[in-house]
Amino acid sequence: MLKLDAAHIRNGSFTLAADLTISGGATVAVIGPSGAGKSTLIEGIAGFLPVAQGRISWDGTDITDQPPGARPVAMLFQEDNLFPHLTLAQNVGLGLSPNLRLSAHDKTRVTEALDRVGLAGMATRKPGALSGGQRSRAALARVMLQDKPLLLLDEPFAALGPALRMEMLDLVAEIARETGATLLMISHAPEDARRITAQAVLVAEGTAHAPRPTGELLDNPPPVLRDYLG
Amino acid sequence: MAALIFGALLAVALRAETGRGFNAADWAALRFTLVQATLSALFSVLLAIPVARALARRRFRGRSLLIALLGAPFILPVIVAVLGLIEVFGRGGWVSAALGTLGLPPVQIYGLHGVVLAHVFFNLPLATRLVLQGWQEIPAERFRLAALLGIDGWAMFRVIEMPMLLRLIPGAFTVIFAICLTSFAVALTLGGGPRATTIELAIYQAFRFDFDLGRAALLSAVQLGLTVFAGGIALWLARGEGFGSGLDRGLRRFDGKTITARWVDALFIGVAALFLLVPLMAIALSGLPGFADMPRQVWTAAATSLGVAALSTVLLLCMALPMTAAIATERGRMVEIAGLLGLAASPLVIGTGLFIAIRPYANPQDFALPVTALVNAITVLPFALRILVPRARDIVSRQGRLGLSLGMAGLPFLRHVLLPRLRAQIGFAAGLAAALSMGDLGVITLFADPNVATLPLQVYRLMGSYQMEAAAAASFLLLILSFAVFWLLDRGGHRHAET
Repeated sequence: MLKLDAAHIRNGSFTLAADLTISGGATVAVIGPSGAGKSTLIEGIAGFLPVAQGRISWDGTDITDQPPGARPVAMLFQEDNLFPHLTLAQNVGLGLSPNLRLSAHDKTRVTEALDRVGLAGMATRKPGALSGGQRSRAALARVMLQDKPLLLLDEPFAALGPALRMEMLDLVAEIARETGATLLMISHAPEDARRITAQAVLVAEGTAHAPRPTGELLDNPPPVLRDYLG
Repeated sequence: MAALIFGALLAVALRAETGRGFNAADWAALRFTLVQATLSALFSVLLAIPVARALARRRFRGRSLLIALLGAPFILPVIVAVLGLIEVFGRGGWVSAALGTLGLPPVQIYGLHGVVLAHVFFNLPLATRLVLQGWQEIPAERFRLAALLGIDGWAMFRVIEMPMLLRLIPGAFTVIFAICLTSFAVALTLGGGPRATTIELAIYQAFRFDFDLGRAALLSAVQLGLTVFAGGIALWLARGEGFGSGLDRGLRRFDGKTITARWVDALFIGVAALFLLVPLMAIALSGLPGFADMPRQVWTAAATSLGVAALSTVLLLCMALPMTAAIATERGRMVEIAGLLGLAASPLVIGTGLFIAIRPYANPQDFALPVTALVNAITVLPFALRILVPRARDIVSRQGRLGLSLGMAGLPFLRHVLLPRLRAQIGFAAGLAAALSMGDLGVITLFADPNVATLPLQVYRLMGSYQMEAAAAASFLLLILSFAVFWLLDRGGHRHAET
């Protein structure tokens, strides 16, 4: 269970207030107008932005002051989710060991993860030799191995075409279901949110609101969201 | 790093005999230093303007090669260039020979004009690159608009180009002025005598001939004041001036299509290219015949130089890489300043300080080679940081968060991301360090006993004993080795480096 207890996340001169709870295993979309603070919320939870006041906790453990790598969080950014100078196997292997000290067993797991996301036989390729979709798959393979209870997506598939994006989202949903991870994803497209999330957090006017069922929020949007959805 | 430099400076300060004051020779050295630096900077910049203008508006075969070549003097050993210039402009050189056939007296290269000539040889390319950068930064739209309005030739210069030059020239002038202030090897070989001695040379003479450490220290303090002052102004005026990458960018120009303009441009490019290339060709031509039967000391010296260059490169990387990491991850404002200290203290000043510091405990001559390597590394450090830091900052800003989210903070990030991604820049910086150390004729002259010599020092000694053929052959070897170590390291860095 992720709990933001009257947390104020600071991003430069902007502050986002969040007081909400997300239950374990939930799938949650983060929606709201541009510039409202969706990324601020995600980056605050991931530990890239400081929390000015309040606490963030996971399953009762206070993680407010933990560095990003120590948090129970796996994250995909909008871009640059792979190191371009490392092979796919190394990139995925980083999910098991940040030192890249991989045992034989670890290497087998890396191969299996690559197979699982449809990249069998591409272990020695580097990201530059892959398509956008394949790069996303590789990043997802690493997320699988990281096996963190909380998965944060900051629109990693925004640059993909609609069909490919749906495919990736389905893969994310599958992985989250298998690992039992709690999913929190920023979404600009209502159909994405409806497709794989049960709940949605509305971020608007400096506040992240408590989650509500996705369909209900999108069918009866409050005025700020209605203007944005058009 | 800072401790090293400050320690050296402290040693200088403690030894400096301020009470005794400046004698006539010291004043003459100060005057000469300022005059030659002013003239060198003036000529370099004035000549650079038409050359850069021609390069900016012309497209021709070999243009990129010529622009790349403009970077070469940076790693060209001074002694090699000096020998080349003597072959061309010296008493028995090509120009004098040509004048002789016309019944005119030969030209002289020693003295003020020789020093200035050599400085222009080294700094005209740098000035050209700096000025060319200014031209390339003028947006293409500006030229398109000018073409639409029919602005050409002189009007183009007044409306668009002159404002850029007015902004840029003071910085370029000061940078070159500051470089020429610390000139040692050129003054050593082409100057000398009471009328053509720079302060750096005076430090060396106080050391070598009079063994007057107090005077050497006093002169060092003066030199330090000069370079800090000029260097500070240069740094302030030339902020953000890089190494001139991207100078090759094609820019469509609509002006300067008249026959006269074409000829003027061709003339300037041609003369500049000849001025830079002919002395090097002269070295190759006169060096090749003697190559086979060079004295054995030359080969020994070459091996010594390779060792010094290797040590210097390792020392440089040991200083530059941790500093880069600290600066790029925002932990090191002070570190950045420490890196700039190398600019402020001239090699001979640091050398003097180290000599004074070592002497009570050991014979400084025993440390000639390690000290040379160390001082070379300190000299290159500011340049190395300018090469490494921007790229490292870029890597940290693009991939730092991914690394953090994977728990790679600290060593794993350094080892698996920062260093591999910096390969090309590390190779380039290492190449510069090795080549500069290879060709350096500075501190080694202070420390070396007659039995030890680096290759540049060996060339200088051969020149001193008028074995000009052997000197030419040895300097040709030095030229090849300097460019070879640079090429090897730079190439090594680029191989397998992804964008």
